[in-house]
Amino acid sequence: MSLLEIEGLDLSIGDSRILKGVDLSVAPGEVMGLVGESGSGKSMTALTLMRLLPEAARVSGRVTFSGIDILAADEARMCALRGDDIGMVFQEPMTALNPVKSIGEQVAEGIRWHTGANRADAEARAKTILDRVGLPESRFPLSRYPHELSGGQRQRVVIAIACALKPKLLIADEPTTALDVMLQAQILELLRDLVDENRMGLLLISHDLAVVADMADRITIMRSGEVMEAGETARTLSEQLHPYTRQLALASMHVPERSKVHAANGPNLLEVQQLTRDYPSRRVSLFTPGEPTRAVDHVSFSMHAGQSMALVGRSGCGKSTLARMILALDRPTSGDISFRGMSLAGKSESELRVARRDMQVVFQDPYGSFDPRHRVERLVSEPLHLLYKRPTPTERREMVARALHEVGLGADDMHKYPHEFSGGQRQRISIARALITRPKLIIADEPVSALDVSIRAQILDLFAELNQRLGVAYLFITHDLTVARAITDDVMVMHEGKIVESGRTADVLDNPRSQAAKELVAAAPDLHRAIVRRLREEG
Amino acid sequence: MAAYLVKRLLVGLVTLLAASIVVFSVLEIVPGDPAQLMLGMNATPEAVAALREQLGLDLPLIWRYLSWLGGFFVLDFGRSYTYSVPVSELIAERIVVSLPLAIISLILSTAIAIPVGLFAAARRGKAADAVSMGLSQFGVAVPNFWFALILIYVFAVWLRMVPAGGFPGWSAGLWPALKALILPAIALALPQAAILARVTRQALLEVLGEDYIRTARAKGMPWRYVLWRHALRNAMIPVLTILGLQFAFLLAGTIIIENVFYLPGLGRLIFQAITQRDLIVVEGVVMLLVVAVIVVNLLVDLSYALVDPRLRSRR
Repeated sequence: MSLLEIEGLDLSIGDSRILKGVDLSVAPGEVMGLVGESGSGKSMTALTLMRLLPEAARVSGRVTFSGIDILAADEARMCALRGDDIGMVFQEPMTALNPVKSIGEQVAEGIRWHTGANRADAEARAKTILDRVGLPESRFPLSRYPHELSGGQRQRVVIAIACALKPKLLIADEPTTALDVMLQAQILELLRDLVDENRMGLLLISHDLAVVADMADRITIMRSGEVMEAGETARTLSEQLHPYTRQLALASMHVPERSKVHAANGPNLLEVQQLTRDYPSRRVSLFTPGEPTRAVDHVSFSMHAGQSMALVGRSGCGKSTLARMILALDRPTSGDISFRGMSLAGKSESELRVARRDMQVVFQDPYGSFDPRHRVERLVSEPLHLLYKRPTPTERREMVARALHEVGLGADDMHKYPHEFSGGQRQRISIARALITRPKLIIADEPVSALDVSIRAQILDLFAELNQRLGVAYLFITHDLTVARAITDDVMVMHEGKIVESGRTADVLDNPRSQAAKELVAAAPDLHRAIVRRLREEG
Repeated sequence: MAAYLVKRLLVGLVTLLAASIVVFSVLEIVPGDPAQLMLGMNATPEAVAALREQLGLDLPLIWRYLSWLGGFFVLDFGRSYTYSVPVSELIAERIVVSLPLAIISLILSTAIAIPVGLFAAARRGKAADAVSMGLSQFGVAVPNFWFALILIYVFAVWLRMVPAGGFPGWSAGLWPALKALILPAIALALPQAAILARVTRQALLEVLGEDYIRTARAKGMPWRYVLWRHALRNAMIPVLTILGLQFAFLLAGTIIIENVFYLPGLGRLIFQAITQRDLIVVEGVVMLLVVAVIVVNLLVDLSYALVDPRLRSRR
């Protein structure tokens, strides 16, 4: 007997059909993985179960949750189900909690509402569940506010809210996508334990096949609102009968081809020596300044032309601060950076131009890094003011066209606005923007982590090709070891501001020696490993 | 939190000091000798000189500024050139009308605006939203003296519930005094409420799109509960900002309404003082208003911190 049964679910908003005949079921104590790329209708399926769809949505089909017809239930009935029998965890822990209410209030609120318990009893239960998700009262009192917690801690609070009343079904929509691999591993383990303890059904929505392969008993693969394939996780993923399943699996393990190895010859492209950055911390009192926080601690390394280097580490380890200093967007407290033989220390903005021209950046979020009111031509040509000689409008147009061509876009695209492009295309535009000054080094801060697996494979190919053809060196900042493995020659592992391990990428990731690197490798989801483990368990 | 408070307080004091220099300088720049003005055109130069000495106008500029500034601490704003009474007395007479009037209209406008804003936001895009926002558009567009005239016609002339104008003084008793203030307060409050209701609705709509609203709904909280308990408090920051600005306006910008209702308030005092070149009164009232605005801003800043815990722990 299924806990949740979805049959022939159709959903449309306006003229667009979001879901087309979706079938899905979850049994008590079962983990169902729902996989698909963005726009495949995963989240809409989840919101349908909660009846939290936008008002304009029209739904048909059947959704039955422990005997209740969800689509026919009235609002009062749904309010009674939500948070009590069905819990939901969302993707973005940073914004999922109300900033003006304490975590205790937010957990206890649902308990009071559903059980009618008094404040003291509800708080006692809130304490128990917060303790269960790893936020003991001794360190995380109920009076804490969301902004006083990190992303991983906030996601635990969201899970506590969802699981406070031991729901029969938990819907987790990309619960770990915004977290680093270590936190991801911890949150997934917590979810698994909660399933085992209460025989809770879990609908785990993710774009990451490796995560789902590790967690789910059964898997449903969706594409543009339709179910492509469904079945036992291990069998589905090992046999890969459906072409789309095979395509997804291949894309998520994709390694671009890079035959040419740029040998280290000539002077180093980038040299970083004993680089340190302190941030002032909160004052102890009006007259006593706090101990400064050391974000980057005596980091030294060098890169040669055409080298592809990964900088990996947990979030908050100092990766981005280090990158900002190399880009001369932030001044080091001590130490020196020299780029193409020129020291960046103490240079004025006009003296830095020379360096800026040869060093460009690609950011994580292709949505947030463009001014939506500018056309692509203007966006891509932005770095051109760094050149010695300002190009004429015709020259500028030609340069933009060439840069767009290099990233696989057409010259006509320069007249469009960013919103006319998909996520992957926008990331191509930001790479074009980085390429236009013919830089020697591109610093890429999580350049593919916001992208779907198939688009991510294309972007990785693009990075590899540009490296082969133009000899651009890369510093990839990432917490995703698959990316590091796919595209870099060397890797540096950063932990609490220090480089704790470095070497050839394959060597370090296959045989990590430092504690930090070992933990990172162990926590990183790996599709291949997960399938092998599942098959072995099933015999 | 203490550091936040101290910082705000210091900023307020610096603003006050800067404002005092500006106000004092303006008085110095404006042509006309107060002593000559007080004695009239036919006064002898000796008499003018004697009065100048008596008023301290012959002292060096910096000294006059300091003594003028020092006067504020003992509530001595100088003497009116036209009435020859202390400015503080003139202000005291008027503020007992203006301050209660401002407070009553502020309470009224909040009491109208917040529920209307909530109502409209909760029914976004529906007929009720369109009607309430249409009304508020009307309220923003129509000047308050027009409301005042309508109110006088309906409640004073036709229904005879309240007097059409004038102020009996608080000595006449609480009820008669309040009755004289109620129509002007409503006339002042309506346009303010219309603005505030639109701000409230807009702020709420923004907040209702936030992820934590969905989290609250997923907890099983009914829509109305989410609106009141989760959305409203988060939408308060812009509402409080507008409220602070409105209070400053209500205290000093009420001259038209005071004239319509024949109320002896600060607005009319400042207007008379300007027409009579009684600049020392203008100075005193302006400084008082500056103090009021700074105090209100301080209160608004404090209320931000009460509403939003992130501001409390900020450095």
